[in-house]
Amino acid sequence: MSVKLTTRQVGDVTVIDAAGRITLGEGASTFRDTIRDLASKGNKKLLLNLGDVSYIDSSGIGELVSGFTTVTNHGGVLRLLGLNKRVKDLLQITKLYTVFEVFDDEAAAVRSFS
Amino acid sequence: MAQSDSMAENQSGETLVVDEQLDSSLESVDAAEASVLKIAEETGFDEEALHKIGMAVRESMVNAVVHGNRYSGRKKVHLRVSTAADHLAVVVRDEGEGFEFENLPDPLSEENLLRQSGRGLLLMQAFVDRLDVRRHEAGGTEVRMVKYLSGG
Repeated sequence: MSVKLTTRQVGDVTVIDAAGRITLGEGASTFRDTIRDLASKGNKKLLLNLGDVSYIDSSGIGELVSGFTTVTNHGGVLRLLGLNKRVKDLLQITKLYTVFEVFDDEAAAVRSFS
Repeated sequence: MAQSDSMAENQSGETLVVDEQLDSSLESVDAAEASVLKIAEETGFDEEALHKIGMAVRESMVNAVVHGNRYSGRKKVHLRVSTAADHLAVVVRDEGEGFEFENLPDPLSEENLLRQSGRGLLLMQAFVDRLDVRRHEAGGTEVRMVKYLSGG
């Protein structure tokens, strides 16, 4: 299974609920297209919920970073929500904890944008 | 060729259980991951170790298919899996042009943190107990990964 992405609006924050695997191939490209689309349509406050993402490989991490850069270049902010231990470990190993703001609680994450 | 593995045990007490050539495709990445995980499970690795082994195999296969062989229909990825009483060894070799390990940008340095790629070897290193990368005599890059049953 590759990744399934659905978006919803919480106030002025766009929450992207991701489920499945973000890996080289379809998963990574679906993810990239969705983030680019949202950023280019002027969504400035993006919260990526990775709670149901079971697996991310280095290509998926590359897409997270690329998404972060895309959103930032459009004047927006991309934050992460609900990382499981394995994804947290990946961010530690790759030092991307220093780049991403990560939240466990959705309400707190949404509030952080205001 | 210096290495002459056979189905018999080598000096490390390893028995070669898989020795195959795979196409340079993403399907091969999935197939290699599944094949190694099955053997690793039979060898007795727990779920956390299996996850790490799977990730390392995936990253090495992606490197071989994408960066080494560049999806070439004429080039193969060579996969060898050996088991021993206390460890599993996986060797992935491509037929690409090879690269200088020392010349790769450090994915952990500040200026490279936002690069989209270049983290594969870092993850492999983190997930196996031993990682050796070398240029193979026949050309291409060979990655040898060892995971110990008692490892992290």
